[in-house]
Amino acid sequence: MNKMISRVYNAPTKAEGTFNGYLIGFILSLILTISAYFLTIKHSLSRNLLVVLIAVFAISQFFIQLIFFLHLFKDSKPRYRLLVFVFMICIVLILVGGSLWIMTNLNYDTSLSHEIQYMNNQGGGL
Amino acid sequence: MTVLTTTFNEQRSSLAVLRFDESNHFYDIANFGFFVYLMTDFVLFSGLFAVYAVLHNNTAGGPTGSTLFNLHNVLTETLLLLTSSFTCGLSILSLRHRNKHKVLIYLAITFILGALFLILELSEFKHLINTGNSWRRSGFLSSFFVLVSTHGLHILIGLIWMIVMFIRILKRGLSRASVRRLTLFSLFWHFLDIIWIFIFSIVYLYGALNL
Repeated sequence: MNKMISRVYNAPTKAEGTFNGYLIGFILSLILTISAYFLTIKHSLSRNLLVVLIAVFAISQFFIQLIFFLHLFKDSKPRYRLLVFVFMICIVLILVGGSLWIMTNLNYDTSLSHEIQYMNNQGGGL
Repeated sequence: MTVLTTTFNEQRSSLAVLRFDESNHFYDIANFGFFVYLMTDFVLFSGLFAVYAVLHNNTAGGPTGSTLFNLHNVLTETLLLLTSSFTCGLSILSLRHRNKHKVLIYLAITFILGALFLILELSEFKHLINTGNSWRRSGFLSSFFVLVSTHGLHILIGLIWMIVMFIRILKRGLSRASVRRLTLFSLFWHFLDIIWIFIFSIVYLYGALNL
């Protein structure tokens, strides 16, 4: 009978991580955060490289926390959580990428030089 | 009796569909449902990030991110939130040993770190508003305040949730309901830390680079 009770109590935590897992996730996140910070304030690298590095650090920290803190990839089959996650990523990429794409085009199409050129072509001008 | 229960248990687990371990089944559903909520919250934040990305250069002659942000302060906030995410995980690990005191201690540490984070963020907001750089100043600052304070609001909700759980565990011990609540809360808290990574990188670090 004891076994049954302990099963019920242990059930919610059985899929969760270990102390080492949390510690590894914590230390890796710490390293990535602090190195991104110091690279930014030191200005020792070229700006483009820095932009790429910060993005890489952020995305790797995203996955580190998903793996070690949220235990996303430890799902038992069928992997419904992973399915929802992948769908979320698709929506986010469409939303953010689409917004940026449209808005930069909008800025381009309504920029001042463009307007002047358009007016000149129409025979007007400023 | 023990042998009988064991075989009974094994039979039960083989009949995954007809499981009558109701609590376990309910836990799986609650856990999955909460995970889906978190993913929709990601979509909400991605909308705010998109607005920020579009508006961040529209400063209307006002200050840019690199002149406004105090990166030292922001690093402190980041480390506070990251550590609180870790102690929240330790609280979940203590559940396994059903060590009520450890769970409460780690929960209290998580709460204090989260509260310190919120205090630092509010003092940053206060400083910005007092120097005439509120959300009315420019499109950049409007989108900045909406994005960062939405995250702060989530943190506030998490803090209230922690107080409620703390009192319940203190009074009723580690009941099945509080174990489930604590597990869901840990998902929520880790999720907020993940959102903060992107605020830290995109808003503050890219802001310092004048991107």
